[in-house]
Amino acid sequence: MARPAIWNAWQRDIDKLSALPKLAVKILITVLIGGFLGATLVRLAPGFGVDEEELDARLNTQSIQALRATRDGDGNLFVYYARYLNRMLHGDLGNSRTLQRPVLQLVRERLPETLKSVALGLALGWSAGFLLAVAIVMSRAWYLDLLSSLLVGVLLCLPAAVLALLFVLAQAPARLLLGLIVFPKIFRYSRNLLARSSALPHVLTARAKGLGNMRVLIWHVLPTAAPQLLALLGVTVSFAFTAAIPMEALCDIPGIGQLAWKAALGRDVAVLVNLTMIVTLVTLVANSASDTMGRTFRTSEV
Amino acid sequence: MKWARTVAIVFLLAVSAACLLAKVLAPASYAHQFREEPDAVPSRQHLLGTDDLGRDRFARVLYGTRVSLLLAPAAALLSSLLAAFVGGFAGFAGGRVERFVMAGTDLFLSLPWLFLLITVRALLPLNVSPMVSVLITFAMLGCLGWAGAARIICADARALSQSDFILLARASGSSGFRLLWRHLVPNLKPVLYAQFWISVPVFILTEANLGILGLGVAEPLPSWGSLLRELESFSTVSGQAWQVVPLILFILVVSSFHLVLSKEELPV
Repeated sequence: MARPAIWNAWQRDIDKLSALPKLAVKILITVLIGGFLGATLVRLAPGFGVDEEELDARLNTQSIQALRATRDGDGNLFVYYARYLNRMLHGDLGNSRTLQRPVLQLVRERLPETLKSVALGLALGWSAGFLLAVAIVMSRAWYLDLLSSLLVGVLLCLPAAVLALLFVLAQAPARLLLGLIVFPKIFRYSRNLLARSSALPHVLTARAKGLGNMRVLIWHVLPTAAPQLLALLGVTVSFAFTAAIPMEALCDIPGIGQLAWKAALGRDVAVLVNLTMIVTLVTLVANSASDTMGRTFRTSEV
Repeated sequence: MKWARTVAIVFLLAVSAACLLAKVLAPASYAHQFREEPDAVPSRQHLLGTDDLGRDRFARVLYGTRVSLLLAPAAALLSSLLAAFVGGFAGFAGGRVERFVMAGTDLFLSLPWLFLLITVRALLPLNVSPMVSVLITFAMLGCLGWAGAARIICADARALSQSDFILLARASGSSGFRLLWRHLVPNLKPVLYAQFWISVPVFILTEANLGILGLGVAEPLPSWGSLLRELESFSTVSGQAWQVVPLILFILVVSSFHLVLSKEELPV
């Protein structure tokens, strides 16, 4: 006997809900391993434990020994990481050596700035990139395609840091920069995906039968490309966070990108490992969310 | 677009040749200071003028381009080999091994590698020589950039390992390393080739970003990152258009690398 459709829908919802704890555990394990990997890289990096404070000619041998003693715990990787995790469970992410402040406090102050920039950048990048891709694929105007391909080609060849410098030079609003950095990637991927979808036989048939451009797009092209576009959404979140480092560093925006840069210049291990884990967590959540949405979309399509 | 590809290859060859002949073409070493002529305008002796320390900018562009053009492909080769090893092995082994290796690859992909990169780069010893710093920078790029390519190679290796010719080779008694080396790897070459050419401009761009942030190649050795960092002196740029030459060359070289791959070879 065939099950009623509503039962199948409930079953699907239950399956999705039961998958959530698994996903959360997966994310947690990945973040922990990621943190450990970050700590390992830091520990194995040549020059670990060398501090420019030791080069201060005013310090005597005892002071240098005292400085080294403060970092003794960091010498053993496992001890360093175990101590770090223990402190983290108690809400303590350690202290920034260069800024002389708790890392948690610094992150609390700066993360909203970065989130604001990333959200605005993604909104702008997606609006411009996706809409331009749709316009080109649906209109099939070769001159528009050529012009936008040239523009995107040039933008893809420019390092994010150069764009940031040019923005400072032009005194343009720095927050728009992330949009310009993610725009070419979104445009290129969406254009290729939409072009591929619109060349599928069922889309060609729909066109041949006289369906309007908008209907072809909404009912035939977008549903085919949607899962991959959603996956792209997750990837662009991670990309925007990475691009935030040069943007915030050069445009003087007090976000976590600028903090990471300052920490790198000041060799502040505690800040860098924490920031790496936080960004890993955000990236994983964004990727998992976009994957889940993509899967849901595929299931509902079936 | 075959002509564009040909032009790109010819351009890259010309730039590479010019860089290799830097000693002959440049009027002085990249570190030589013409102390009487800091910030000089272009002349017959200094084609692109000099920087604020009196160093010949043309020589620095040639040597800087040489550093990036030699080491970015080397880093791309390293990351492609790592990807081939990890992805090829996982795809060939299949089952639990593949799941385990790909979980590791996913983990690597989710790490914000620019954060990791600046972390490791920042921890280099303070007294490290410029040459060692440049080698370590590119080696790190190679070691961190393999994961995306490994996924693609794994998928290809999996598909190949289930193909008829591999089945036939198995039936003929070929197994293990021989099967992998004689039958699988040669068929993965086109994918590896594409991944290599995709990685080169990515690494050049990353090095430039690091250089502009002051975390790239140490002075006085020039690289594109340090050359583009000169754009920070905005007021000079507006009056001295020749300072933009490294940026134009950079865009031309990176776009040429993008054009080397035909559309069919590029992933979506």
